[in-house]
Amino acid sequence: MSIDMSQFYEVFFDESEELLAEAERLLLGIDIASPDSEDLNAIFRAAHSIKGGAATFGFMDMTEITHVLENLLDKIRKNEMALTAEHVDAFLSAKDVLKMELDGHRLATEVDQDQVANVKMMLKELSEAGGIVIKPAPTVEAPVPAAPAVEAAPVVEAPVPAAPVAAAEIASGPKAFNIALPELTEKDVSNLKEELGLLGDVTSNKQANGRYVFTLKSDDSTEADIISICSFILDPKDLVITLASAAPAPATEAAPVSAEVVMSVTPVAVAEKPAEAGNKSDVAIHEEVGYGLFAKPGEEVVEEGYGFFAPFAPHKDAVKAELIGDDTPVSAEAAAATPAAEAKPVAGTSPAAKPAAKPASDKAAAASAEASSIRVGVEKVDQLINLVGELVITQAMIEQRVSKLDPINNEGLINSVSQLTRNTRDLQESVMSIRMMPMDFVFSRFPRMVRDLAAKLNKKIEFVTVGATTELDKGLIERIVDPLTHLVRNSVDHGVESPEKRKAAGKSETGKLTLSAAHKGGSIVIEVTDDGAGLNRDKLLAKASANGLQVSESMTDTEVFNLIFAPGFSTAEVVTDVSGRGVGMDVVKRNITAMGGTVEIRSALGFGTTISIALPLTLAILDGMSVSLGDSLYVVPLNLIVETMQPKMEDIKTVTNEGLMIHVRGEYLPIIPLYALFKQDTEIMHPTEGVLLIIEAEGKKAALFVDALVGQQQVVIKSLETNFKKIQGVSGATIMGDGSVALILDVPTVIKMGQTNIKEGAFA
Amino acid sequence: MNMNTESNVDKNGAEGTGHSQEYLTFVLADESYGIDILKVQEIRGYDAVTKIANTPDFIKGVVNLRGLIVPIVDLRIKFGLGNVVYNEFTVVIILNLNGRVVGIVVDGVSDVMNLQSSQIRTVPDIVSSIDTKYITGLATVEDKMFILVEIEQLMNSQEMALMDSAVVH
Repeated sequence: MSIDMSQFYEVFFDESEELLAEAERLLLGIDIASPDSEDLNAIFRAAHSIKGGAATFGFMDMTEITHVLENLLDKIRKNEMALTAEHVDAFLSAKDVLKMELDGHRLATEVDQDQVANVKMMLKELSEAGGIVIKPAPTVEAPVPAAPAVEAAPVVEAPVPAAPVAAAEIASGPKAFNIALPELTEKDVSNLKEELGLLGDVTSNKQANGRYVFTLKSDDSTEADIISICSFILDPKDLVITLASAAPAPATEAAPVSAEVVMSVTPVAVAEKPAEAGNKSDVAIHEEVGYGLFAKPGEEVVEEGYGFFAPFAPHKDAVKAELIGDDTPVSAEAAAATPAAEAKPVAGTSPAAKPAAKPASDKAAAASAEASSIRVGVEKVDQLINLVGELVITQAMIEQRVSKLDPINNEGLINSVSQLTRNTRDLQESVMSIRMMPMDFVFSRFPRMVRDLAAKLNKKIEFVTVGATTELDKGLIERIVDPLTHLVRNSVDHGVESPEKRKAAGKSETGKLTLSAAHKGGSIVIEVTDDGAGLNRDKLLAKASANGLQVSESMTDTEVFNLIFAPGFSTAEVVTDVSGRGVGMDVVKRNITAMGGTVEIRSALGFGTTISIALPLTLAILDGMSVSLGDSLYVVPLNLIVETMQPKMEDIKTVTNEGLMIHVRGEYLPIIPLYALFKQDTEIMHPTEGVLLIIEAEGKKAALFVDALVGQQQVVIKSLETNFKKIQGVSGATIMGDGSVALILDVPTVIKMGQTNIKEGAFA
Repeated sequence: MNMNTESNVDKNGAEGTGHSQEYLTFVLADESYGIDILKVQEIRGYDAVTKIANTPDFIKGVVNLRGLIVPIVDLRIKFGLGNVVYNEFTVVIILNLNGRVVGIVVDGVSDVMNLQSSQIRTVPDIVSSIDTKYITGLATVEDKMFILVEIEQLMNSQEMALMDSAVVH
């Protein structure tokens, strides 16, 4: 199955752009003396959402900036630090940098690395000035946050679990860096040496070509620190930093720094288990996806002969790298070539890399696809749908009138009208299809994320999706992405335990994460289920009281579980860049509520957690059976109808001469007369005169008694609550072909209402 | 009498002193009522409605208003006025109350009037089928009394049963 990742990139870019604009608006309007905590939270959430999205797509440069930004914002919103004008300035420039990086990925525009490094330094300084230092996540600080990171990151994290470990080792402990400088004046070189001396011991070494190579021995410096210092004097792009202990770097200037850093790590890891790369991952992905993590590097090898990772690559190339991965052997081959390339830059790699180079030829196609979509406001589409609906009704009226005309005298008119009929129908279909999208659009971005996260956290996770074809309104699809991303990340990070823990608990080492979507009882239910540790009630209560929330031992499990939706609540001990800040669940709840949905948590300690999101059907399409009752029409969801029948007198039974039942295939089902339930006048009062629909919902069956079946059709569900209120037994309404309104039955509630009424003897 | 809160309308059109506001007036049996014209979206004839079960009888049901599902309330039934017939002269005033669209059935629409706050009198304590707190005042024009209704509050009130009540569990 091939996935067009570019569609997700576009969504991410659009969303990030909106979030940045919103953050800027809030920042500009903020009152420094007494900032509104709601505003601060909103800015924080914007940063968090961008970080999440950027991490999902591997835009490490943006992840880094937002991570630093978040640390600082977090302190301010927790009142550990007072907001100053300096902070606001820093936030705004961080926003500018993010916008620049975003454009860099999207439009391949220039990214000013100096500015990026400066802003990051500024944010870090501000953050540390507050006295309380939150340790940044133990990831490799890729110093130059440009596209190379996009390519490089997956290489480090994805294929071999050993890689991140290796990477983490680099980040801490004593290290020696080789820093190859471009041509500089002696004065600059000595200045630089002095500056770098602040980080650790520096020895300089003049090369034959007149350039200098520094060797820096330092305990806790990162490449980022080096870059920050060097960037005062030279362009970081001209700088080559390698770990002295790793394989000697190829003499290259153009290859970007971060690429080099990763390079010196990756080949070692890959070389240990070359066979595993590409196809033998520890993470089983059910909906088969290929990623081609290595294809792009291979291609670069052919072109340049060094530097596996493209210098600044526009995002379309990043997309490309994702797209070409369907063919696993290719990636594996290219992967195998990677260590070889380290040793023998040119000769060893060319043959293996060739297959990967091919897809590059349709770069242009990817670029033009970018321009072929328009982002339109949902309300515009709604207006269009409504207008077309009106048009269809008007057209039906014309058709009806024309059919009464003399066909011979009005042949031309009649032909034109039938043409109009066809055109209108096509138009309606096209317009309707604008809104509806399969859940697959959302689901398909997760296998990759789960896989990367699992590798990063050293967990084994089997990822399964169910019901990916369930159609959902586009508006809802777009808005469900963020909450789902949070939930999936949470499940991977906190839900599923490490293989050792699982083994100790007597479970299989591989955890299972299920993402499902289904129509249920008038809603669309999306569930994230893991078979992990489950929620710990005592821990939640302890944490809640520590956080100053009102809790008591007598709370129900549901109430306790719902505590995790409180802002700033997290049970994770460490804040990582995966999760644990406690922003996620708060945002999840807020987003879902904004969509008119509900979130429910089911959990059993030691057995796992299910987070269930129920969304209203507001604009979803439903396959329905329309039935008549008196002069009204009702729509019954087709998937809840088991069968329909015209009962015979002898199949209808009573108990104590009341409580009508029908005997169907050995089962006795209660008969629910819809006319009695909805107090509708009808002439058909006995089941033998009408039709029985055997309906089933939530494990209960009943026979719904209506006048007649009218027909089966797809209906657009309209909410009654927009202008009115919820009506018991009705999940919504729809507009029929003639413009009249028909109510859609909420089958589970109807069955419940039927039972209550039977008990009360209302049908007697 | 507090008209100041709503008088940001029609400042230019004020003829005399004091604040003025435009009202749409309509007839229910032999009484004349007025509502803030800015709450009115459109006026249309009475179409067939889809009945909704288990609602009070003054809620006639819902109609399709260009793709919107709009509830229709018969004020004649709610106010217990006149004989309730539906014919080609029955009028529905579609209100837009802060985004919520609701239709009200009345006997007929009469006029649009510009009323000065000086023309409006307070309501004495009387017994009526609507709470007097929803009546902003009484206006007299050419010896005819117009009952000015705070329609938005009335429609959003519990007794109209048009909204989910806040205490539903």
